[in-house]
Amino acid sequence: MGQRKTIEIDYGAVDTDRMRLNMGPQHPSTHGVLRLEVELEGEIVTEVVPHIGYLHRCFEKTCEFMTYPQVIPYVDRLDYISSMNNEWPFVMGVEKLLGIQIPEKIEYIRVILAELNRIANHQIAVATFGMDSGAFTPFLYLFRDREMILDLFEKCSGGRLLYNYFWVGGLQHDIPPTFKEDCLAIIKKVRETNAEVNNLLIKNKIFIERITNIGILPADVAINFGCSGPVLRGSGVPYDLRKDEPYSIYDRFDFNVIVGEGAMGTLGDCWDRNIVRVNEMEESCKIIEQAIAQMPDEAVDVRALVPKRVKTPKGEIYCKTENPKGELGFYIVSDGSTQPYRMRTRATSFINLSVLPEISKGYMISDLIMILGSIDIVLGEVDR
Amino acid sequence: MNSNEIFDKLKSEFGDDIISLTEEKNYDPYITVKRKNIKQICLFLRDIDGLNFDYLVNLTGMDWGKELGVVYHLYSISLKHRIVLKVFLSKENPVIPSVERCWKSANWHEREAWDMFGIQFENHPNHIRILCPYDWEGHPLRKDYVEQETYHGMRVPV
Repeated sequence: MGQRKTIEIDYGAVDTDRMRLNMGPQHPSTHGVLRLEVELEGEIVTEVVPHIGYLHRCFEKTCEFMTYPQVIPYVDRLDYISSMNNEWPFVMGVEKLLGIQIPEKIEYIRVILAELNRIANHQIAVATFGMDSGAFTPFLYLFRDREMILDLFEKCSGGRLLYNYFWVGGLQHDIPPTFKEDCLAIIKKVRETNAEVNNLLIKNKIFIERITNIGILPADVAINFGCSGPVLRGSGVPYDLRKDEPYSIYDRFDFNVIVGEGAMGTLGDCWDRNIVRVNEMEESCKIIEQAIAQMPDEAVDVRALVPKRVKTPKGEIYCKTENPKGELGFYIVSDGSTQPYRMRTRATSFINLSVLPEISKGYMISDLIMILGSIDIVLGEVDR
Repeated sequence: MNSNEIFDKLKSEFGDDIISLTEEKNYDPYITVKRKNIKQICLFLRDIDGLNFDYLVNLTGMDWGKELGVVYHLYSISLKHRIVLKVFLSKENPVIPSVERCWKSANWHEREAWDMFGIQFENHPNHIRILCPYDWEGHPLRKDYVEQETYHGMRVPV
């Protein structure tokens, strides 16, 4: 396979004016309302300046005027394609402040739902990434399967995308009676489709040639920029909060942390970030299988520990979980009232996006689209 | 390394710049430091063997009512330990050296802290707003923030 490298420009030899081009805010491949101000030398990108804030809706300020349970639906709307995962660090933080120990069965339900949501998120990420490169069929297959996961979430919470399902001290409703069978059916289907997508897209020579050796992110740069999730793991750093600081009951499951290996080109290129997501789906399937096998059978009142009025003691806590896109954390400052004094969000996509100018210089403008797609951002979370 | 050892190490190097270590229930252990040498303290935390805080998890501005502040959440990927740094700033003159040179992720975090709290970061390479429009007035996350009445002739909803 041909090695493609960053193109060095000899500015003395090239006699063209540089051009500044606005990509977005309304552009299908920016995955939302993002404006990239791109400086071009011919077709080669010399500078990228992201302009964000088009979806800014004062999330942190709004939270200061709401009680803790009222915040949960807003948290859903940060990264709106993995809402279950978003709710978790928030309710976990408040439970920690209140000193609530939630029943084991609810922990298992939360793990299963969070891992299902991780699969759904990675399905979208891989699907849209393929679509960016011109592969349309895998997009349809993955979206079809994602609908099975969303159907299960709808059975649980009534919502298709925004759930308000994890409550402080428990859950909104009990799981449906067919929960286990539905989960197993989903896992079976996910595995089938992944095998198919592997043949169609991931191992496709055209796709590999398109995305290897572009957007190379070395491990030390990734750490310095604060990247997390598949972006950091794609560079070969095995940083996963589920393993490094196991929260909830993650220490009971046997699964691998997937890291990029530079299998097709250079370590930390777009291919590596993508393959991490593809393989993480299988790891999530493994976790769900184990959780279903271990989950206690007896019925539990999921609202038994939900406080009538959430009044946290004075304190400051930083609570984080491993979200599909990386580390999502909430720095909750409580002054002893029913509302947070300050609710700082460490938004994963916001920080992962900040590395884009660093890794897209020297590539073609069409590569920039692939590099942006490989970071997997959601603008609802970037802008908050 | 636990937070006591980190505190001792900082105290022996920087002396009076390090004010106190707080370990209370419901609080992540945090070290209060003075603002003047924050960049040197951060470089020390990042580079010295045994500390190796190579990962800036989170940086945020704070409005404590009487004064402003900056909170740094640090983590070491190689050694897997955490610490929180806190700096208090006066409301009249909220200026603090930028730590962008230590961790690049501070770039956008500090822009956000400027945008939301009006905290100025000295020697920041791109000291402009990030989430609000570039010509917005005021700093919304301050507790005493009052919205501007109009923006480019449009009424700002209340």
